[in-house]
Amino acid sequence: MAFKLTINGTDHEVDVEPETPLLWVLRDTVGLTGTKFGCGIAQCGACTVHLDGQPVRSCSTAAASAVGREITTIEGLSPDSSHPLQRAWVEHTVPQCGYCQSGQIMSAAALLSRNPNPSDSEIDAAMAGNLCRCGTYSRIRAAIHRAAEIAES
Amino acid sequence: MIDVNTKLTRRTLIRSMSAAGGMIIGFQVPGALAAVIAPKPWTTPTDGVEINAWLAIDADGTVTIRVPHTEQGQGGLTSVAMLIAEELDVPWDSIQTVFADMNRHVNYGEEYIVTTTHGSQLVRLQHPHLMQAGASARERLKEAAARAWGLDRAQITARQGVLSAGSRSAPYAEFAAQAGQITLAEEPAIKKNPDEWWLLGNSTPRIEVPLKVNGSAQYAIDTQVEGMVYAAVKSCPVPWGRLVSFDFDQVRDRPGVIAAVELEAVPGKTAFSDLQNGVAVVADTWYRAKTALDLMPIEWDFGSDAEVSSATQADTAHRLWEETGDVSNEVGGDTLGMIADSDRVITSEFHRPYETHARMEPINATVSITDERVDVWSPTQNQATPVMLVADQLGRDPRDVYVNTVFLGGAFGGNGGGNTAVTRQAAEIARQVGRPVKVIWSREEDITNDKQRPPVHTRLSAALGDNGLPNAFFSRAVWFTQNAAERIGPATADVAINTMPYQVPNRRHERHNVAAHIPTATHRGPGANQNGFIIEQFADELALAGDWDPLEWRIEMTKGLEPWQRVLLKLKEVAGFTTDLPRGQGMGVAVVEDHAAYCAACATVSVSRRGELRVEKVVLVHNSGYIVNPSGAIDQLEGSVCYELSHALYGGLNIQQGRVVNTNFDSYNLMRMPQAPEVEVHFALSQDGWWGGCGEPGGPPTPPAVANAIYFATGKRVRSTPIMRHDLSWS
Ligand code: FES
Ligand code: FES
Repeated sequence: MAFKLTINGTDHEVDVEPETPLLWVLRDTVGLTGTKFGCGIAQCGACTVHLDGQPVRSCSTAAASAVGREITTIEGLSPDSSHPLQRAWVEHTVPQCGYCQSGQIMSAAALLSRNPNPSDSEIDAAMAGNLCRCGTYSRIRAAIHRAAEIAES
Repeated sequence: MIDVNTKLTRRTLIRSMSAAGGMIIGFQVPGALAAVIAPKPWTTPTDGVEINAWLAIDADGTVTIRVPHTEQGQGGLTSVAMLIAEELDVPWDSIQTVFADMNRHVNYGEEYIVTTTHGSQLVRLQHPHLMQAGASARERLKEAAARAWGLDRAQITARQGVLSAGSRSAPYAEFAAQAGQITLAEEPAIKKNPDEWWLLGNSTPRIEVPLKVNGSAQYAIDTQVEGMVYAAVKSCPVPWGRLVSFDFDQVRDRPGVIAAVELEAVPGKTAFSDLQNGVAVVADTWYRAKTALDLMPIEWDFGSDAEVSSATQADTAHRLWEETGDVSNEVGGDTLGMIADSDRVITSEFHRPYETHARMEPINATVSITDERVDVWSPTQNQATPVMLVADQLGRDPRDVYVNTVFLGGAFGGNGGGNTAVTRQAAEIARQVGRPVKVIWSREEDITNDKQRPPVHTRLSAALGDNGLPNAFFSRAVWFTQNAAERIGPATADVAINTMPYQVPNRRHERHNVAAHIPTATHRGPGANQNGFIIEQFADELALAGDWDPLEWRIEMTKGLEPWQRVLLKLKEVAGFTTDLPRGQGMGVAVVEDHAAYCAACATVSVSRRGELRVEKVVLVHNSGYIVNPSGAIDQLEGSVCYELSHALYGGLNIQQGRVVNTNFDSYNLMRMPQAPEVEVHFALSQDGWWGGCGEPGGPPTPPAVANAIYFATGKRVRSTPIMRHDLSWS
């Protein structure tokens, strides 16, 4: 079935089964590979993108359910890595292998947009769905606080 | 599908051999100042004049360093570049790194010496030849300038990219071509003393980090090749079982489905990288392939291994505890006799289960075959290996096989040379369907058919002397490893036991290696993790039985061993360890030698009356002899704490009916952010001529430090993992 998806502000005509997870449409059909596959069952957060600003696990979101909504992926977060989170992530050298980090940043971006100055426990709650096998959690926490500061200044 | 690669790779990868014998492929990670991040980095050629296989200098002064190791988050790109730049003496912001060409390495003289990335060894073992490559290039540049200026090499200074003598000076680039032709009569010495270093020892941000915040870092799973199709595979869930039949007709008409391909193990070939019996479905997208595979009826012959479970292994282990095993180390006199005769004997039994690597990037590989060349993308820890594997699988000349090195989404010892069977799978499926193929294992397949960390059941006894310290120490371990020896043989099984620092005058260590069908492999901190958990808790039991403070006991028991004393005394100074805390709170210490480094941990925990555990803080003191990039080392040590606590607190593979039952993150649980402790890292470096690793040693001492802390908080000793499955309540 052919339908139209709006991804990072651009319309894409895709022809896939409507129940195809958005993750695979982004990666295999549209070619945006920044969004990662980790588990396929909404347990790891590597595939996190925004639908109308809300974080969703794209591995468990039917592509057709995103029709008419703004899909934002890591590639669309900023044109030049200038989002406060991206700057803070570099400052704190958060990523190790980096594989989980698109999802981490997208979850964090959704948090900061609804809560510009989150506490540690608010960060923990918002980020609990994102696994990092490399164990960068304390850097992520610090970088989110730093991003909040950057955004304020 | 995007039209990316074939054109670009042709243009940039197929370059004629240069005068110096080099062909450059790889992918570019910009230097500290470079602003442009290549969206498909491996297609970016490197320019400049090659001075040796390791480096080329461009006319504008850019130094391209070719890194023969992979980057899996351990900071290898940065530390290799630092080691070479230190000796070459060029400004750090003139450096860019590319991954070295493994086709050149394998087929034309193995100039890179070592290409593997495992065992916390990159800096530890490879620094001499990496520094030598930089020093050699520097001296050849000086020699070229000396000849041009009619001077002696000794009169030339090479500093920060500039050659000078008296009033004359020129950038390195001016003499790069001549330097490439010079052979030195004698190779220069490298700088051994940290006092001479200008770059090493300074915290340097890892250079690939900017690529990892915007989705542009390229992993094997992101490979896109024109005309590529996708394969989902299932190997027998009971490892080494047989595929009886599959019914492709049931799914062949599903959208996008192209083919089913049977994969066959070769009898007797059970190596890390060998094919296992299984079947793949190929389709135009991975989701279609995976959906069809899940719907396709498959019949397996599981064989007798289907009777094995965690419980049957435990029964076997408990039986073998009563039988003499192979002696791996014996010191002093009749240890067993002394224990039998003593009236102060402590005995304790421990268990660590199978664990899986679960690197966040599921196992995958892409292979593209044409008449003239074969291209491979594989998340392997040794990029040279796929050249030979794929050549072998396809019957091709290794000179036709090119490995496109990409970032690894974690590896942790599980992506060794052959990177499981997936590289051969991709080659075989691509050959059979006649198109480029990307194989991705679902997470369930990744955990089911990973080469697991082996389990161990260990019983220990010790007899205490009059001073309360042990005078006889005995251990009998039962390991379950594939073929009882291969890949995770005795050497790993004895890590941290045979190297246990405690100066007990009489010791005997035995082991049984039981052959099991579940494939096993190295896993970050192999052996040290399992044995560290065991020995370091037993150490606390002995200390307390002898009325010693656990930290003072360790200091006493390692007297005369400089590296241990250094870390333990530093730990005492910085960690504030005390056994004098109210119930429900506890601190614990542990120290383990791993990969030639000595790492001590002090954990602080709180446990509620109902038994809810919180690991508040872990302080590490690390002695790897030297450190080249302190911030990078801290990243690794911090990360290892969470990594290994994941297993100790939540992990544990459950084996039922011969297979792994918990095959995704809903049942194989890992640490999440709310549970992550604060981690504080200190260094206590011996700087005494030996070099230890940093990527793994932070893990092993952490769980026993936590378990020891739990004991002080609750009075309960946790002798097996996952810890969270124990009742930690107290009153
Ligand atoms: S891949 Fe979607 S949550 Fe793991
Ligand atoms: S950085 Fe490797 S999984 Fe998070």
